[in-house]
Amino acid sequence: MTPRVTLIGLLLLSGISLLSALALGSITVHWRDLWAVLQGEQGLYRNLVVDLRLPRAMAAFATGGMLALAGALMQVLLRNPLADPYILGISGGAAVGALSSMLIGASGVWFTGSAFGGALLSMLLVFTLARGRGSWTSTRLLLTGVVIAAGWGAVISFILAISPDTHLRGMLFWLMGDLSHAQNPGTAWMVLLMGAILCLPLAHQLNALSRGELQASALGVAVKPLRLQVYVLASLLTAVAVTLAGSIGFVGLIVPHLLRLVIGNDQRILLPAAVLLGGSLLTVADTVARTIVAPQQLPVGVITALLGVPVFLYLLQRGHR
Amino acid sequence: MMPVFLEAKNLTVAVAGKTVCRDWNFVIKRGECWGMLGPNGAGKTTLLHTLAGLRAPQAGTIYLEDQPLSTLSRRHIAQCVGVLFQHSQDPFPSTVQETVLIGRHPYLTAWRWEGEEDRRQARDALAQMELVDMAIRQVETLSGGERQRLAIAALLTQNPQLFLLDEPTNHLDLHHQILVMNLLVQHIRHARKALLMVLHDVNMVMRYCDHVVLLVGDGNILYGTTDEMLTRENLENLYKHPVHCIEAQGRRIFVAE
Repeated sequence: MTPRVTLIGLLLLSGISLLSALALGSITVHWRDLWAVLQGEQGLYRNLVVDLRLPRAMAAFATGGMLALAGALMQVLLRNPLADPYILGISGGAAVGALSSMLIGASGVWFTGSAFGGALLSMLLVFTLARGRGSWTSTRLLLTGVVIAAGWGAVISFILAISPDTHLRGMLFWLMGDLSHAQNPGTAWMVLLMGAILCLPLAHQLNALSRGELQASALGVAVKPLRLQVYVLASLLTAVAVTLAGSIGFVGLIVPHLLRLVIGNDQRILLPAAVLLGGSLLTVADTVARTIVAPQQLPVGVITALLGVPVFLYLLQRGHR
Repeated sequence: MMPVFLEAKNLTVAVAGKTVCRDWNFVIKRGECWGMLGPNGAGKTTLLHTLAGLRAPQAGTIYLEDQPLSTLSRRHIAQCVGVLFQHSQDPFPSTVQETVLIGRHPYLTAWRWEGEEDRRQARDALAQMELVDMAIRQVETLSGGERQRLAIAALLTQNPQLFLLDEPTNHLDLHHQILVMNLLVQHIRHARKALLMVLHDVNMVMRYCDHVVLLVGDGNILYGTTDEMLTRENLENLYKHPVHCIEAQGRRIFVAE
């Protein structure tokens, strides 16, 4: 597949996933009615589609895009195919912030602020500790991140253990990833677009970096500044995504691999494609999550895994390109 | 007289508490093929990486065409100096074609992708290394020798002025050892480029290199023309092993006892 065909296909997929997110749910909106609403017609469905479903669909798309992009960047940065956006403990830090504020009953901006603060704290902690007295290697960064993440895990278990039962359901949903509170996607879209715009000029250097640090250096890449930029970018994308929707698993790990199996590992195509596919996958998953047991809703993280696992296994079985 | 391409002044390099060279002055000119010999752990790879600007020396300065290496951008250096590493690791799957095209990286910018000319150079390099039939194969399915030829093809695609090679004949069969050596040495002499390669085969150095560097140990380095340097005494001193010298077809051939 040529890059152009791939990206046009993924753009179409993104459009379809967003439209179906607007049409489907506890009440199905016929596409003629949907078209009328999008034309600006006042009517029965306007409130449902524009006020309720549109912000949520946009939030889902932005979150999925950020996670997939962060995952692709982390995999190259750590040169480890098993890396995902959460591997360096950013989601753990955010979860500790979020759950603590739930425990003391804070909400709104305090909740968002403490989740984002936790993510930033974790990012700084890992960076400072991994650096030590010398420069950091991929292995050292990975190990530091994994250990910090384990530390956060213990704190999360502690908070869950001392929380009253009434809070537990909300906390567990947040931990599994949940878009029902994500009503304000504007910030997420800004971060996603900025992240994508800053990454794309680095993509050709990331191609060299994925072949090893020495090799990249010999090919003309200034490795240290590149790694720092990628670390900060991937961490911020993850922090915003987690603050918006909790730790939605799987998207950041599987989307870059799905794309590698189909279009190869050229970061110049892979990074934009990851944004589009990650966004589409999460939008579809969220639509399914609020449709199949309507009016009940499932945590979207459950659906991403249920959709992603069989597709990934199929592609892996089919073998390489 | 050919112009100086790479020059090291008062170079001191140490690794893991061991001195590789001390206050060393060294010059590579265009058209020269240098061999580097030394026992295991003498610091050959470390010295090669230092000359490529991949690690900083303890003291001294390296000049690339009279410019201190430390003041040049990595991109500029990569357009002039190409390195063949002893090991390559690829955690992500990649095809032979993609791998050889990575050699064009120093010439790309954020918004300029490989063009037809870059692809032609990559195809030519694959043809020279007898890898054309494997262009769409996954690298992980190649044998060790094929991967080595692929790495050399990527280096030819990079088209540097100075080749720094760490054991280029590793994993290669007899035919491909000679193919690679003939091709590189002819390329260097014909295009007036320069080459420095770490080898373990003394006879290969005798046959293909006009100059040689011997890493004796403890920061002592002998260097000069191959004829002067490659003697039985020097080699026995270098490897601490008895060596016999045979004259055949007008060449010295060394055999370890």
